[in-house]
Amino acid sequence: MTILLLLIPIALFLGGLGLLAFLWSLKSGQYEDLEGAANRILFDDDKQP
Amino acid sequence: MGEVAHNLQAPLEGFAVKDIGANCCAGGAVSLAQSSGTIADFQEFVAANPDAFVTRDEDGNALLHVLVEHMHCANCIRTIEATLKSNTAVCEARVNFSTRRLLLRWNEDLASASDLVKPVIDLGYALTPYDIEIMQLVGDEEDRRLLKALGVAGFAAMNVMLLSVSVWAGIFSADMGPSTRDLMHWVSALIAMPTVAYSGQVFFKSAIAALRAGRLNMDVPISLAVVLATGMSLSETIQSGEYAYFDAAVTLLFFLLVGRYLDNRARSKARSAAERLLLMKAVAATVIEADGSHRSVSVDAVTPGTLVHVAMGERFPVDGDIFKGRTTVDNSLVTGESLPIDTQQGNPVFAGTMNLSAPVQVLATKTGDNTLLGDIVRLMENAEQGRAKYVRLADRIAEYYAPAVHVLAALTFAGWWLLGADWQAALFQGVAVLIITCPCALGLAVPVVQVVASGRLLQNGILVKAADGLERLAQIDTVVFDKTGTLTEGRLDLTNQAEIQNADLDLAACIAKSSKHPLAAAVARMGTNTGMVFDVQEHPGLGLSAEAEGGEVRLGSREWCNVAVDMGDLTAGPELWLSQPGKKPVQFLFEDCLRHKAADTIAELEKMGLAVELLSGDRPSVAADVAAQAGILQWRASVKPEGKVERLSELKALGRTVLMVGDGLNDAPALSSAHVSMSPATASDVSQTAADFVFQGRSLSAVVEAIRVARFSHKLVVQNFGMAFLYNAVAVPLAIMGFVTPLFAAVAMSSSSLIVCANSMRLKVKEKENKK
Repeated sequence: MTILLLLIPIALFLGGLGLLAFLWSLKSGQYEDLEGAANRILFDDDKQP
Repeated sequence: MGEVAHNLQAPLEGFAVKDIGANCCAGGAVSLAQSSGTIADFQEFVAANPDAFVTRDEDGNALLHVLVEHMHCANCIRTIEATLKSNTAVCEARVNFSTRRLLLRWNEDLASASDLVKPVIDLGYALTPYDIEIMQLVGDEEDRRLLKALGVAGFAAMNVMLLSVSVWAGIFSADMGPSTRDLMHWVSALIAMPTVAYSGQVFFKSAIAALRAGRLNMDVPISLAVVLATGMSLSETIQSGEYAYFDAAVTLLFFLLVGRYLDNRARSKARSAAERLLLMKAVAATVIEADGSHRSVSVDAVTPGTLVHVAMGERFPVDGDIFKGRTTVDNSLVTGESLPIDTQQGNPVFAGTMNLSAPVQVLATKTGDNTLLGDIVRLMENAEQGRAKYVRLADRIAEYYAPAVHVLAALTFAGWWLLGADWQAALFQGVAVLIITCPCALGLAVPVVQVVASGRLLQNGILVKAADGLERLAQIDTVVFDKTGTLTEGRLDLTNQAEIQNADLDLAACIAKSSKHPLAAAVARMGTNTGMVFDVQEHPGLGLSAEAEGGEVRLGSREWCNVAVDMGDLTAGPELWLSQPGKKPVQFLFEDCLRHKAADTIAELEKMGLAVELLSGDRPSVAADVAAQAGILQWRASVKPEGKVERLSELKALGRTVLMVGDGLNDAPALSSAHVSMSPATASDVSQTAADFVFQGRSLSAVVEAIRVARFSHKLVVQNFGMAFLYNAVAVPLAIMGFVTPLFAAVAMSSSSLIVCANSMRLKVKEKENKK
């Protein structure tokens, strides 16, 4: 079971990465317009943001 | 890519047609529901005074936030943004499709707000500027803090659960050594304790505040359960015991934070209504000294008996009598009358009303807080204080739930101890009861429904301003409408355009352009701009005159145009005449049209079992006419603001719960005294601030939709509570008897919360069905 000593930290590290990614996405305002993003993918000229 | 996008266009079009019954998104937006409405929409935008909403960013660019109506698909976003960006003055134009808002950043030296948005309005998207401060949800700060706490709790819940599942698996397969289990518990403890310390603060703070005030709230049992569960688990872990509740403690926090976050988002910030009202008043007054010289002073410094000069287009700063001059006064803000009144020497005028046609001198009689406007402010403050504070359903339940839970837990502890268990085991059972009764599902029951409901209403252009608005709206049995601006458009429109020759109309429109009188404005709206320029004179109370080639052209009242008393249509409402030398005079007829679908809405409301009433400040004949058109049987006219409040308290005394729908300043006291209130987005700032709901768009059907959603939400909330109690009824006896293990607690708690959420989502499903 010594492998746990390696696996648990790895699992926690990956989970921590997820948490950091969430906090970053929150900070950069990615949750402000969810529906808009779904529609904007249909734009086909590159000038549109 | 071009082809792909093109192919996608077809299904989008099909959807849009089904969606709103108009071809919205075919090739850029074509005009929508009311194709002739774009001019009126633009007028409305300008009338909303967009410049007052403009703020500045750090680079000195102007910023404007606008609400956008009739936006349905990707093409709409693109059309709006592309149209705005084609103007070189624009730095940024970004549509937020979820909230139907538009952020506009541009260089103010190059273009005004109205010039920028005109092309967009012409495409059929009605725009309304708004004040971001009013619309913003309760402290973004608080929002973010909760979301961070939620993120941390979510991370911890997942990881601790991962470890717990291994422990449970070890129990069943019975091959996990005690040292491995201890390792799992220790790692769980290391994750759970900082999480509880960080994410739990939200509940601890509120619980401590409640205890200090000598009250119990839901957060007290929550805090106790979380802290005790963590502490007990830690002592178990140190003694290398078999059960630890770390997973329960963090999942509890996670679920409760979800509920708390949603609840927080539903509350919105409304500035003190009275504070906004004071902004309506003129800030400066021009006082005429004894020697005839003019001096500008602050309104507060004007005393009764002073002579005040009021220029055309200004609001009167004081109550008083006209001393010199003759003008027309727009009283709609204060009395709700749609037609301006001809006012001459000796007639009274009121602070806050608008001087439309000529400069006058006013002898002040009442100033400052003694004016009619001041009375309205006071009335509103009183009404707000007088309204019994509504206690939300969840809080009323918490009042009984929290003590009951504590007593149960204490009894369990005492019972086990008396029956011979050692105190640690007894405490263990007591804490198990606390954990099981922790109000996860209860905490989610209201907020989830509220978020789904507000989202659905927002898509229909209805903004829920008061956190408990939906709950109160579900209880109403009577709807009271204001007339001008609520049942009607609040704007006079030309009704006999078909009978008037285009040349006459254009001529009249050119002359009318120079006047602020609502009748003139209505004529000016209808004309095509022919570029004719006249030297127009305004004669207060009579009309306009202009020099044209053949002689004097007049636009105004019957007497002004020398029209015989019996000529033309005599029964119709307000009229204007156009007389040209050598030609037969032309009559223009006007009407304040009913809002779109007003009669349907009233019929629908009555079908829902609601009593409908009309309270108008306007003359009886007009009120009766509108009531008949809309199909309202109960109506009262010439009601003063205090009269409206009185009528509402009369209804209340009869045991009725009333929804007040109104827009004018004169409705503001009534709006804040009614059980629940609603106002259109075109309403005065004050009314919008006082109202619990604000609806956009020109259709009145929003009222029906809001009531319907509120009632369905109420049903769902009651069901949710029922389910939460059912869960407790099953789980609590088991916990008291000591059958609860961490595994059982985790499964029971999570499943009850999920069931409550799933039930709330039915509101969304129903919405989709409606759309089909």
